[in-house]
Amino acid sequence: MREIEASVITQAVAQLCQKANYELGDDVLSALKKAQETEESPLGRDVLSQLIENARIAREEKRPLCQDCGTAVVFLEVGQEVHVVGGDLYTAIEEGVRQGYGQGYLRKSVVSRPFSARINTGDNTPPVVHTEMAPGNRLKVTVMPKGSGAENMSRLAMLKPGAGGQGIVDLVVATVSQADGNPCPPLIIGLGIGATAEKAMLEAKKALLRPVGSPGADPEVTRLEREILAEVNALGIGPLGFGGSITALAVQAKVMPSHMASLPVAVNLQCHSARHQEVVL
Amino acid sequence: MGTRVLISGVVYTARDAAHRRLLEALDRGDKPPFNLEGQTLYYMGPSPARPGQVIGSAGPTTSGRMDIYTPSLLAAGLKAMVGKGNRSPEVKEAISKYRAVYMATIGGAGALLAKAVKKAEVIAYPDLGAEAILRLEVRDFPAIVAVDAYGGDLFQQGRASYQKKGP
Repeated sequence: MREIEASVITQAVAQLCQKANYELGDDVLSALKKAQETEESPLGRDVLSQLIENARIAREEKRPLCQDCGTAVVFLEVGQEVHVVGGDLYTAIEEGVRQGYGQGYLRKSVVSRPFSARINTGDNTPPVVHTEMAPGNRLKVTVMPKGSGAENMSRLAMLKPGAGGQGIVDLVVATVSQADGNPCPPLIIGLGIGATAEKAMLEAKKALLRPVGSPGADPEVTRLEREILAEVNALGIGPLGFGGSITALAVQAKVMPSHMASLPVAVNLQCHSARHQEVVL
Repeated sequence: MGTRVLISGVVYTARDAAHRRLLEALDRGDKPPFNLEGQTLYYMGPSPARPGQVIGSAGPTTSGRMDIYTPSLLAAGLKAMVGKGNRSPEVKEAISKYRAVYMATIGGAGALLAKAVKKAEVIAYPDLGAEAILRLEVRDFPAIVAVDAYGGDLFQQGRASYQKKGP
């Protein structure tokens, strides 16, 4: 067994929360620059250049890319030979979020009793933590600050198996069309296809962690992703909904086996401020 | 509609919770915490300012969430709104009726937009934290007229101009 101190995990999470909020990934930046070349709308191109400038300011001044510093979504891959010592794993992560959002001057957006009193918890806790076991003696921690503008436009559908690939295309196009400019396009569209209702949505979100523009798991998935991307961009919504040819930068799907009676499809939308950082301990 | 503008002067921030309280105050017949007459609301809740900063990041939130409150505020004298995303038919109608304007700015450009904010102070509902009402002084704050008093809608028209295939 390899021992990892809980305090080390806390420190790592605190740093990841801050870095993710200040530094847009190079993959996203490259996709925005590429979009500038293909965007047909002059206003859309100008918006894209301001987003690139925003990313520069955020990185240089350690100022959040967006005032919505998100819900802290934390993905853990825990090596089965790892033993966390000196504290409880989830408490350590929660403390990391508390410190990261406090020390980093990040906005605390989490409210308790969301259906009634909606009282801010004051430190952006609790985070949403997803844990998986993995072989080995490492602990991989990924922090994804997820803004609610895009999260609010996400959707889950349990399609009839007969709907097939076309059913998926239609669902995503309808979801993006209805969302219009609200989720801050250009989007990255995460899809979880197959498994069960809850697993489909989790995998849709995890698909957003894939480097933007990287190919799918196999040629058939890549073809589906490209077909959806073309259809979504034909909607004309454009950067921030002002009209244009780039409504999404990428479609990233995870496909899993499902029950013979089911075709679950989860659509998790990510705004252009696609923030996530990871570390392997 | 579609005109690009630079806003200079005073704007007040308000998000969902502040809207709810403003409406409750008006319903009770109380005075709102600032005179709405002729004023501009910016749908925004900033990140905290570092020492020496005027404000943290300060980009717009989704305007559509405020749609249910907006016609009443326009009736009470509100003249302009700044946010991101489209508005409901009811809001567009009220904008025409009260000769008001809705301007969109760049969602997700909070670090950039913060540069145009020269002064910020909490004037109401401090208990709401990031949702408190701030009085901001802005200079050359960039926006674009998205819904005008003549029925123009940038989101509808912009999309129609570039749409190659419907949903």
